[in-house]
Amino acid sequence: MTLFDKIWNRHVVKQIEGGPSVFYIDRHFIHEVTSPQAFDGLRKRGIGLARPAQTIATADHNVPTWDQHLPIKEALSRMQVEKLTENCKEFGVELYGLGHSYQGIVHVIGPELGITQPGMTIVCGDSHTSTHGAFGAIAFGIGTSEVEMVFATQCLMQNKPKQMRINIEGTLQEGVTSKDIILYIIAQISAGGATGYFVEYAGSAIRSLSMEARMTICNMSIEMGARGGLIAPDDTTFEYMKGRKFAPQGADWDQKVAEWRQLHSEADAVFDHEIHIRAEDIQPMVTYGTNPGMGIPVTGSIPEETVLEEKERPSFRKALDYMGLQAGKAIKGQKIDYVFIGSCTNSRIEDLRQVAQFVKGRQKADGVEVWIVPGSKQVEAQAREEGLHHIFEAAGFQLRQPGCSACLGMNEDKIPAGKYCISTSNRNFEGRQGQGARTLLASPLTAAAAAITGVVTDVRDMLTAN
Amino acid sequence: MTIHSTAVPLENENVDTDQIIPARFLKATSRDGFGKNLFRDWRYNDDDEARPKTDFVLNSPVFSGKILVAGKNFGCGSSREHAAWALKDYGFDVVVSSFFADIFKNNALNNFLLPVQVNDDFVQNLFDTIQQNPAAEIDIQLENQTITNVSTGEQAHFDINAYKKTCFINGYDDIDYLLSIREEIETYEQVIGY
Ligand code: SF4
Repeated sequence: MTLFDKIWNRHVVKQIEGGPSVFYIDRHFIHEVTSPQAFDGLRKRGIGLARPAQTIATADHNVPTWDQHLPIKEALSRMQVEKLTENCKEFGVELYGLGHSYQGIVHVIGPELGITQPGMTIVCGDSHTSTHGAFGAIAFGIGTSEVEMVFATQCLMQNKPKQMRINIEGTLQEGVTSKDIILYIIAQISAGGATGYFVEYAGSAIRSLSMEARMTICNMSIEMGARGGLIAPDDTTFEYMKGRKFAPQGADWDQKVAEWRQLHSEADAVFDHEIHIRAEDIQPMVTYGTNPGMGIPVTGSIPEETVLEEKERPSFRKALDYMGLQAGKAIKGQKIDYVFIGSCTNSRIEDLRQVAQFVKGRQKADGVEVWIVPGSKQVEAQAREEGLHHIFEAAGFQLRQPGCSACLGMNEDKIPAGKYCISTSNRNFEGRQGQGARTLLASPLTAAAAAITGVVTDVRDMLTAN
Repeated sequence: MTIHSTAVPLENENVDTDQIIPARFLKATSRDGFGKNLFRDWRYNDDDEARPKTDFVLNSPVFSGKILVAGKNFGCGSSREHAAWALKDYGFDVVVSSFFADIFKNNALNNFLLPVQVNDDFVQNLFDTIQQNPAAEIDIQLENQTITNVSTGEQAHFDINAYKKTCFINGYDDIDYLLSIREEIETYEQVIGY
């Protein structure tokens, strides 16, 4: 049996003949964008939440990341956030909204509060719910009709996906992070390469990663089409969780850890597909196009059209046209206007610490705007407690307040049309960071290096120089 | 259930839901009216409805119909169900592609927008047929799960699970079903120890 099978089997309430399973959900996260129509659905049916205690809400997509104590300026954003507050009150859902010390990006706060736990099934009306899989949970994004389904019944109708295991063995080079691992994998198998699969990440390189680094990998599983990704829990997982607000305590903790230790794929487990990767082969990665599969090593060049299949060429041309980049050209040295370090992929305290350590004593390049957006109030507080804000200030970086920020063009933080932004977020789609914005995805270290030089840079050159 | 219509060809691959409905239009708190913002940034110059991008297929005077034929990996990216609402609201009842992103497929089915998955060659032939003759019709029979390129006679079978097919034909939704088995769910909770 695989890790996935063990969790899946335990959550099947009923198997419908020739159809999906009735699948039980342990934890349901919601945010302001994908929940209002689901609450309305309940009202129309005249019912409430089946298990309100298993749902947790926060406001993240629409929130400003500056002056959060003031009312949200944009009327529609404000209304959506207010609607969430009203709905949570009416239906008895716990809300960590703006102003709450637990507020933050939904996929950052679940783990940091200890709500996300091994063996659980976790959903949210948000595709990056896959993040929570880092704890050995089955976690995936759902649509609004399904949000309503979970509200009403605590269950979903699910077909069992195929299973893939990606094994990464070896040791990462210096300057290479877990973000580079996942960008490398997606570049290898393409933006649709894992559609229909749930992915387990395994191997010595994965086991050596911290929980936060593991979350970065699971987070982007969706960018290769996978429903979700997961990693077997181990001592690293338990150490991270111990003592967190909603983690089990005392004798209960010991018993849970004993149960969680059973959560791993057996030696004879069979996967529908397996991939093997050597950690040593992975270099710092950057994307040049308009889907996350269009990634290359920072030392590499944008491919020539001739290496692509005929029918891939129009999309490739459209992407380069949008990005204002040329086939065959090296990516290193490409000018950057904005640097965004944030999003549910890379906005945790370790990301901020890593960036701070790197930029200490350095200065951002002229003409580059640098935003550091912590994933949650707790990350922000921790960063200030450690004095990281002084380092950022001295470097000319702005430390903003928690939210999705420039990850998606929905709140005030947008990249202007035509400008280049190196971003630690997860999507480089056309218009993702604002209409006409040009996104290059990279790790926090690579983004920080670009902030200092003003161009795409191999961070490894700067590590040795330091 | 039969759908017989001309089709709109969208040959791009990896069409993500940020293109289908950009994030700035996700602020509505109802399900209505998303059609006018479908593919907004591909449809208009500078977001200006008075300045349509004439080379985008939705603005073409020759292509129309209830069926959208799209390149592979349609609906990838964000889980926003607004993408399915926008396609449906615009007037599409079917999307044909050689493969769909998982979440999009579920969202489409939950909104009675039929995702029809066929192989690459079949899709390519559809593109060719439609380009040659925009009045060419496509016929879809949900009961026997077939899609026919009427001009060429080429036919393919598509998959949909039996449960979903029944829901689709009868207009049932999953919530009605799940509410009807509430006792079984509660028994499960007790056995597992919630
Ligand atoms: S940070 Fe970006 S990807 Fe993550 S939940 Fe927010 S909008 Fe979605």
